[in-house]
Amino acid sequence: MSQASILYDLPGPRARRRNAILGVASTVGIIALLAYVGYKFADTGQFEARKWEQFQYASVQRELLGGLGATLKAAGIAAVLALLFGAVFASGRLSDKWILRAPATFVVELFRAIPLLILIFFGYYVPLQYGWSIDKLWALVIGLVLYNGSVLAEIFRAGINAVPYGQTEGAYAIGLRKNQVLRLILLPQAVRSMLPAIVSQLVVLLKDTALGFIITYPELLFVGKQIGGRLPFGLPYVPTYLIVAAIYIAICGSLSALAWWLQKRMGRTPRTAAKVLPAQDAGADSARMI
Amino acid sequence: MGEFFRVLTDNGQLFVDGFTNTVKLFLIAAVGSLVLGTLLGAMRVSPVPALRAFGATYVNLVRNTPLTLVFAFLVFAVPKLDVNIDYFPSAAIALTVYTSAFVCEVIRSGVNTVAAGQAEAARALGMTFGQVLTLIVLPQALRAMVPPMMSVYIAMLKNTTIAAGFSVLEAGAIPAYMAERGEPQFAVLLWITIGFLILILPLVALQRFLERKWRVAR
Repeated sequence: MSQASILYDLPGPRARRRNAILGVASTVGIIALLAYVGYKFADTGQFEARKWEQFQYASVQRELLGGLGATLKAAGIAAVLALLFGAVFASGRLSDKWILRAPATFVVELFRAIPLLILIFFGYYVPLQYGWSIDKLWALVIGLVLYNGSVLAEIFRAGINAVPYGQTEGAYAIGLRKNQVLRLILLPQAVRSMLPAIVSQLVVLLKDTALGFIITYPELLFVGKQIGGRLPFGLPYVPTYLIVAAIYIAICGSLSALAWWLQKRMGRTPRTAAKVLPAQDAGADSARMI
Repeated sequence: MGEFFRVLTDNGQLFVDGFTNTVKLFLIAAVGSLVLGTLLGAMRVSPVPALRAFGATYVNLVRNTPLTLVFAFLVFAVPKLDVNIDYFPSAAIALTVYTSAFVCEVIRSGVNTVAAGQAEAARALGMTFGQVLTLIVLPQALRAMVPPMMSVYIAMLKNTTIAAGFSVLEAGAIPAYMAERGEPQFAVLLWITIGFLILILPLVALQRFLERKWRVAR
C-alpha cells in the first residue's frame, strides 16, 4: 500500500468496503478478459495438438536454439563494442579540450536522434549498393553499436558527473594528475553508481537485436516466423510467437531483475558518494525504450 | 552533390508519402498510448490490489518484449485468431500497446515524486479526493512527468520506423523502395536522417526548455 498511500487516505470502513467491491469487480473483469482471449484461442484451434507437436522435435528445438544463439551472438558482440564506443566518446565529451569535446558531443547527440533501424539500414543497404558483401550480422551490430554506444556514453558521462566535485578537488589537492583523478578517484565510484543503468541499457540492446528480423538476419524472431509458417502444422504462428515471447521475457526479465537488484544493493551500501543512476526510473528508462 | 539533391527531387512524392504516414502513425499511437498508459498508470497507483497487479504484470511483460515481436504478433499471429486488421492499424496498435507500458511508468513515478505530506496536508484541510488530485497532486506531478513523457514520445517517433518491416509505407520503408529504383542508398538514408532530425530536434529542444524551466520552480 505504500505506493497508493500518496493519493489515498488510509481506508475507513466505507472505503474498505468500496475497495473490496472494486477488487472483486476488477478481478472478475480481468478473468473475463483472459477467458475471452482463451476462448478465442480455443475457438480458432490454437490448442490443437497439431500446432504444438513440432516443438517436441529435436530439429525444431535446435532451430529455436540456433535463433537464440544468433540473437545472443549479435547482442554479445554489440555489447562489447558499444561499451568501448561509449567509453571512448564519454571521455571525449568529458575532455577539457574543445577539439575533442565538440566532435564527441556531435556524434553522441546525432546517433541518439536517428532511429536505430535507419542506422542498421546504413550498414545494410549502403554496402549492398556498392556490391560489397556484408554479413547481416555486422550490419545489425554496426547499428546497435552506434546507437547503444551513444546512449552508454551519456550514461558514463552522467555517472562521472554524479561524483561530487569535492572528490575531484580533493584528488587534485593531494597532487594527483588528471589521468589519475579519473582512473583512481572518479571511475571506481562512478562504476558503482552507473552499473544498474548500464545493465538496463544492455537489456535494451538485447531487445533491439530483434530488429535483425527486418534485414532477415536469422535471429530468434526470424526463426520464429519460419517455424510459424509451416502449413503441415496448421501455420502455428500463435504458439510459436508465444514461445518466442516467453524466451525473450525470461532472458530480458532476469537481466532487468539483476539491474534492479544492483540498484538496491548499491543504494544500500554507499561506498560511493555518487547518487546511483537508477535502472528503471521513468526518465532514464524512457530514453531506453529502443 | 548534385546527385544528392536529385535523389530527393526525383523521388519527392515517396519521401512526402513516407513521412506523412510516419507522422500519422505517430499521432495516432501517441493519443492511443496516452489514453491506455494513463489508464494503466491509474491502475498502478489505485488502492485495489487486483488492478495494481494487473498493471504491474502488463508493464513487466511488455517492457521485456521487443517491439518488433509485438509487431510480428499482430501482423502474423492475430489474423490466425480470426481477427483481421489492416497493416496500418496493426502498426498503430503495436506502437500503442508497447508505448503504453512506458507512459504508465512515467505517470506512476510522476505521482510518486509528490511528497506524501502534500496530500496528507491537503486532506487535513478537508479536501475531497477530487480536490487533492486536481489541486495538489497533479499540478506537481505533471511537472515531473513532462520531460520523461517527451522522451517516451521521441523514442516512439523513432520506433515508428519498425512498421517498415511490416508492410506499412512510412519513412523507414523508403530504402526498400529506393533499392528497387536503384537510387544511391547513402543519399537516401541521409535524407531520411535529415527528415527525422527535422521532426525530433524541436521536440528535444522543447523538452530541455521545459526541464530547465520547471526544475527551478520546484
